[in-house]
Amino acid sequence: MKYEIIVVGGGHAGCEAALAAARMGHKTLLVTGNIKNIADMPCNPSIGGSAKGIVVREIDALGGEMGNNADKSHIQIKMLNYKKGPAVQALRAQADKVTYPKEMLKTLQSTKNLELLEAMVEDLMIEDHIAKGIILEDRTKIQSKAVILTTGTYLKADIMVGDTRRREGPHGEKPSQFLSDNLRKLGFKIIRLKTGTPQRIDKHTIDYSQTKEEFGDSVYRTFSFDYPPHYNIEDQVSCHLIYTTPQTHEIIRRNLHKASMYGGLDDVTGVGPRYCPSIEDKIVRFADKERHQLFLEPESLFYDDIYVQGFSTSMPYDVQEEMVHSLPGLEHAKILKYAYAIEYDAIYPTQLKQTLETKIIENLYTAGQINGTSGYEEAAGQGLIAGINAALKLEGKNPLILKRNEAYIGVLIDDLVTKGVQDPYRLLTSRAEYRLLLRHDNADLRLREYGYQVGLIDEVRYQRLVQKKKQIEELESLLKNTKITPVKEVLDYLKTIPTSLIKDGLSLYDFLKRPEIHMNHIEHFVEIPYENEVKEQVEINDKYEGYIVKANREAEKMISLESKKIPETIDYDQIHNLASEAKQKLKEVRPTSIGQALRISGVNPADISILMIHLKKEHVHE
Amino acid sequence: MNDTIAAISTALGVGAISIIRISGESAITIANSVFRGKDLQKVPTHTIHYGHIVDGEKVIDEVLVTVMKAPKTFTVEDVVEINCHGGIATTNKVLELLLTHGCRLAEPGEFTKRAFLNGRIDLINAEGIIDLINAKTEKSRELAINQLGGKVSHLIHDLREKIIQVLANIEVNIDYPEYEDVEELTNQKVIPFLSEVEEDMKHILKESENGKLIKEGIKTSIIGRPNVGKSSILNRLLGEEKAIVTNIEGTTRDTVEGTIVIDGIILNILDTAGIRKTKDIVEQIGVQKSYDLIDHSDLILFVLNNNEELTSDDYEILEKLKDKNYIIVVNKIDLENRLDLNQLPQDHLIMMSALTEEGIMELKDKIKELFHLEELETNDLTYLTNARSIAILKDALKSLEDVKAGIENNMPIDMIEIDIKAIWTSLGSIIGETYEEELIDQLFSQFCLGK
Repeated sequence: MKYEIIVVGGGHAGCEAALAAARMGHKTLLVTGNIKNIADMPCNPSIGGSAKGIVVREIDALGGEMGNNADKSHIQIKMLNYKKGPAVQALRAQADKVTYPKEMLKTLQSTKNLELLEAMVEDLMIEDHIAKGIILEDRTKIQSKAVILTTGTYLKADIMVGDTRRREGPHGEKPSQFLSDNLRKLGFKIIRLKTGTPQRIDKHTIDYSQTKEEFGDSVYRTFSFDYPPHYNIEDQVSCHLIYTTPQTHEIIRRNLHKASMYGGLDDVTGVGPRYCPSIEDKIVRFADKERHQLFLEPESLFYDDIYVQGFSTSMPYDVQEEMVHSLPGLEHAKILKYAYAIEYDAIYPTQLKQTLETKIIENLYTAGQINGTSGYEEAAGQGLIAGINAALKLEGKNPLILKRNEAYIGVLIDDLVTKGVQDPYRLLTSRAEYRLLLRHDNADLRLREYGYQVGLIDEVRYQRLVQKKKQIEELESLLKNTKITPVKEVLDYLKTIPTSLIKDGLSLYDFLKRPEIHMNHIEHFVEIPYENEVKEQVEINDKYEGYIVKANREAEKMISLESKKIPETIDYDQIHNLASEAKQKLKEVRPTSIGQALRISGVNPADISILMIHLKKEHVHE
Repeated sequence: MNDTIAAISTALGVGAISIIRISGESAITIANSVFRGKDLQKVPTHTIHYGHIVDGEKVIDEVLVTVMKAPKTFTVEDVVEINCHGGIATTNKVLELLLTHGCRLAEPGEFTKRAFLNGRIDLINAEGIIDLINAKTEKSRELAINQLGGKVSHLIHDLREKIIQVLANIEVNIDYPEYEDVEELTNQKVIPFLSEVEEDMKHILKESENGKLIKEGIKTSIIGRPNVGKSSILNRLLGEEKAIVTNIEGTTRDTVEGTIVIDGIILNILDTAGIRKTKDIVEQIGVQKSYDLIDHSDLILFVLNNNEELTSDDYEILEKLKDKNYIIVVNKIDLENRLDLNQLPQDHLIMMSALTEEGIMELKDKIKELFHLEELETNDLTYLTNARSIAILKDALKSLEDVKAGIENNMPIDMIEIDIKAIWTSLGSIIGETYEEELIDQLFSQFCLGK
């Protein structure tokens, strides 16, 4: 057998899965319909954002590639929510749509144990419910020990514009016609989802004087925990903000029936994402809003396309022309690509284990949009976990399952496999109960240990983490053991900050708790020979200690419910008293713990107590 | 396998008979251990027996006990029902006695749940039954809440609606930081909203505690200088109504020394000994003792003598009473007025004469008025549910304090939000709404976002 692991699909999930598997020492094949489209960004030209940016940091901490690749290829980067607390800060980069895929391809091609193949996969080789390889369009069979499907939106993809529907992928490519039918034959529940993308405008035809410029940050930032920045602050490219006009709204209202989703097509079944409605959805649902914000985002330094964020639509081309020209600064704009809606097949994700292995076919993993998510970062996070777990299983080791209090990736996967999806799933900070623990700044402290254990983080990088942890402890104890007293020099300095004066001795640790006091003030009293990231950790832990303690306490409650395990062999049909909806949901999700069972919608506390009573009874019988 | 549960299964209140139901393996043994009469372990099933409930040697109540053995009972377990005759206070006492002898207080709907779990109820459709259980639980919850001053559950629901809008706004600010047309909520902007929430919660808490008082009794102390007539007022109250003077130690840390029931409302009198002593407590131990009593009481009757002038001690006590439920009883109105009535808060004033009984009705009415007892209805409910809800509500208020402290300390809004969310979650668990997805739905229905 030539390959141990085959990854089907070369998007963000596929790249991470293939790299993880190969880097963990397994012969890996990445099969993709078009090598030119590896790590393609068919929608917005950015990596990161609220919550998503933290996922990128987590991927980096675990030894994945997305963060590093984004660092190499962005044309602008900024910290979102910089004025808010540390828990909600997240990086967003405008990635260059040419450089990003190019850099990723370079990495893939130079990775040991990894081969790339351009081909369409139409079926899987399955024996006794175990994945054994793939079957290509030309019926070629390729064997492997595990298969990871990361097919994105390409399963039976339909592009929809006005009253037309064409079976093709985002770049007019041939989608996979039969794979989803074959998955259905294997017993998978397949759902149909929908998303969309806005127009691309020729940058030379935009009058920027009517827009508001949005700059990148003026300090250097990186997703990566390991490498210095690759860019020059001055070289960052700006985005631009504009608003829709009353005329835009009038055009949309007048033509509403022509949009695919509003009658243009009568066979749309896919469910679109709530968090990114089309512009016509916004105008219908928020009829009293006078204007909507749109961002003009450059896609690349190498071509002229400007992405109109917020203007996604399924209107016919002529209406799109009219709509675009009603926007300030875009009166004479040339549309390079029209907006479209896309409908595609996905697997209902409660059919997956927390490892992202499917429940019905062993050694078959799925990750990314095929699991009902949306977003490059969500895809990459899943791809990484699927790759790691496929490899760990081959090695006979315990899987890597991140808990909800450990990572956004953990929240994401737990939500998917526990709650399923109704519309394409996007990570939001509000989905994370313990977001104070899941910060941008501490992703390495949370996860790097795991990356090291599975073999994706090398000794050098790991030792840097060990050193950092040690220094954090040292600095903490230094601050706790150093006191300032109300002598004249101290008081004079406090007045200059300004901050309230002290009457008794006060440890620097307690002094730093004051909202207006920062590490640079502390350095007035004591020399701190550590890197900024060490100081930052200590300051955050100190200032928000009360909140962090509370969050940890809540997390412990969750963990204790998580530790009440439900045996894999449980037969829900034997629990006669369960409500039929709860029974059906429990059979579908097959939660591994009471904690997970509690998070299933449709399973209420009464069902949980019946379940717990049943488990106790069973236990007594044993 | 199941533990043995007990609860008062009739409406608590003014009714003459209350029934306590016990179910579980040890139901008969436990009942027998507090019953003086026939040996309940030897009587045939489905029979009724006359006897007394006793705590050691002390008789608590005269009762009829029904013994029903498994499986032909409602719960398919051994069931004992005790018909108590002594009013709320005794029924509570009997229940407490059972609890100390090994029963666990039943949760709302737990008897029905056991009936169902043990297959007592035919399962035509499992779903229907679960609904029944839920309905029972929710109903009990609702009853519990409605009882606490009416429509509290609606109040809580509305309060959560208010809170979730603020939460959604903050979340949107975080998840879509660049959307300028969504209002940016700042700490300063949430302050007025918070005081509204605080006011609502405190109102609900007050109502709830009143509801609890009606079941557990109002801890009452009678204070005042020597010879103002405290003991005669006590005696008058005792003489008027059926009084049970026992030492009930249980739900409270304080020792209740005497219980008076006025129109079904229980007054638990603290420190009757202190009142009855001829040499008065204020004289003996000083104002400090009065302060202690004030701190531990739900209601303070501050007795003054119409025939004497106010002293500096009186003024101090008046100051201390400000935040409490209190009634100033001006006794001895049959004597000449030397007291400056204008110095006293008129709303809290009752003029009476323990000697002529004039004003005793007014005193009772005043007590009822003070606790809004006229508006309360008593329904089927165990008081634990109340206590639990109240505890959760207090948690929510505690979170609100945390919110305020956070704002004071200039914490970022997303930290503040953690505690606002805690309030929302706590309130939800009182009325059984905890679904997290609600917030995300709200996010997308309230704000216009997208790519």
